Amino acid sequence: MLSQDQIWELMHEVEDPEIPVLSVVDLGIIRDVKVADDKVEIVITPTYSGCPAMKTIEEDIEEILKENNINSYKITTVLSPPWTTDWMSEEGKLKLHNCGIAPPRGSSADKGSLMGIARNIICPQCGSDDTVMISQFGSTACKALYKCDMCLEPFDYFKCL
Amino acid sequence: MQNKNLFDYVLRLADTSLIYGQRLSEWCGHGPVLEEDIAMSNTALDYLGQATNLFKYASELEGNIRDEDQIAFVRDLSEYHNLLIVEIPNGDYAVTIARHFLFSQFYFLFLEQLQNSKNEFLSGFAQKSIKEVTYHLEHSGNWVKRMGDGTEESHNRIQKAINQLWEYTGEFFDMDELDKNMLEVGIAVDNAALQSEWKSRIVEVLEEATLLLPADGWHHSGSKSGKHTEHFGFILVEMQYLQRTFPGAKW
Repeated sequence: MLSQDQIWELMHEVEDPEIPVLSVVDLGIIRDVKVADDKVEIVITPTYSGCPAMKTIEEDIEEILKENNINSYKITTVLSPPWTTDWMSEEGKLKLHNCGIAPPRGSSADKGSLMGIARNIICPQCGSDDTVMISQFGSTACKALYKCDMCLEPFDYFKCL
Repeated sequence: MQNKNLFDYVLRLADTSLIYGQRLSEWCGHGPVLEEDIAMSNTALDYLGQATNLFKYASELEGNIRDEDQIAFVRDLSEYHNLLIVEIPNGDYAVTIARHFLFSQFYFLFLEQLQNSKNEFLSGFAQKSIKEVTYHLEHSGNWVKRMGDGTEESHNRIQKAINQLWEYTGEFFDMDELDKNMLEVGIAVDNAALQSEWKSRIVEVLEEATLLLPADGWHHSGSKSGKHTEHFGFILVEMQYLQRTFPGAKW
C-alpha cells in the first residue's frame, strides 16, 4: 500500500488531457489525498463548470490508482472553495509559456486584461508585450484568443478565474 | 422525499441553466463571426456544466432514484421550471446579445446573494458559477455597447431586441410561496430585492450604448407553475429526442 506522499507523486503523472505538459497537480485540480485504513480518497475540484476534460481526468486518476494496485478508492468532487488560477503552480505557468500558451497574469481578482484595460500579455512566441485581445473566448473555455502585433502570430491566453 | 421544497428550488435553477445552455448551443457552427461562434459555444458549455452540478445535487436530494440525466431529459413540459426568457428563440445576434446581457446582469446579482445561502451546496455552487457569469456579463455588455453605439442598422436591431425582451425580465424578480419559504430559512435569494440594482446597472450600459430604456409594464410569468411559451415544446423535442428514443443510453 502506497503512502500519502507516494500517491501525491502519482498524481503528478496524471496529465491534463488538453494541455499534456501540465499535470493535474500543476493546475491545482487535486485538492487533497487522504489515506485511511488502506482506502484512498482523492479530492478534486473542476476548473470550469462545463469543462469536458474533467471526466477524462477522473478516469485517468482511476487508471493510475489501479495500475498501482489501489483498488479501494473514492474520487470526490468539491465545488467549494471554487477553483482559481491562483492555485496554478509557478512551474505550471512556465510550462504553459514554453508550450506556446500565455499563462494567467496577476491574481484571479485582477481580470483587468480581459476588461479592456491593457495588461500587456507577453507573447509566448517572440516575447513581445505588444499584444492585443481578439476574443475573450478561445479554443477551450479556459482560454482567450490573443494576437501579437510584433510577430503577427495568434496565441492562446489562459484566463484568470 | 425529505426536502421537496429544496428539491423544487434547485430544479428551477437547474432548468434555467439547462434550457439556456440548450438555446445557446444552437449557435454552434452558425455564429455571425468565428470568435462569437466560439464565445457562444463556450458560454453554452458553462451553463450545461452548471446545470450538471445542479441536477447531480437534485438527484442526491431525491435519494438517487433518478440520475442527473433522467431528471434533466425525461420530464414533460409542465414539469420544467426555467425562466421564460431563456426559451425565446435566439433570433438575430442582437436578440441573443440583448437577452444574454439582461439575463447575465440578473444572474450575476442573484449568484452574488446565493453565495450567502445557508445551504452549503448552493453557496459553493454560487461561488463557482459567479466567476463564469462575470465573463458572460462583460462579454454581453461590450456587445450591447458595440451594437448600440455602432451603425444605424446595429443600433436599431439592438434597441428593438431590448424592447421586445423587456417584458420577460419582470419574471426575474417574482417571488412565489416556495421562494418566500426558502428565503425564510435562509436558503433562497430575495429576487424582488435585486430589481432596483439590476435596473441601475442596465441603465448604465444602455446609456453608454446610446440606447433607450423601455417602459415598465405587464410581464410574462408562469415558469414557476410549469407554464411555458409557445417555443418550449420545440426545444424539448430536440433536447429529449435521444433520451426518449434510446432510454438509458450511455456513451
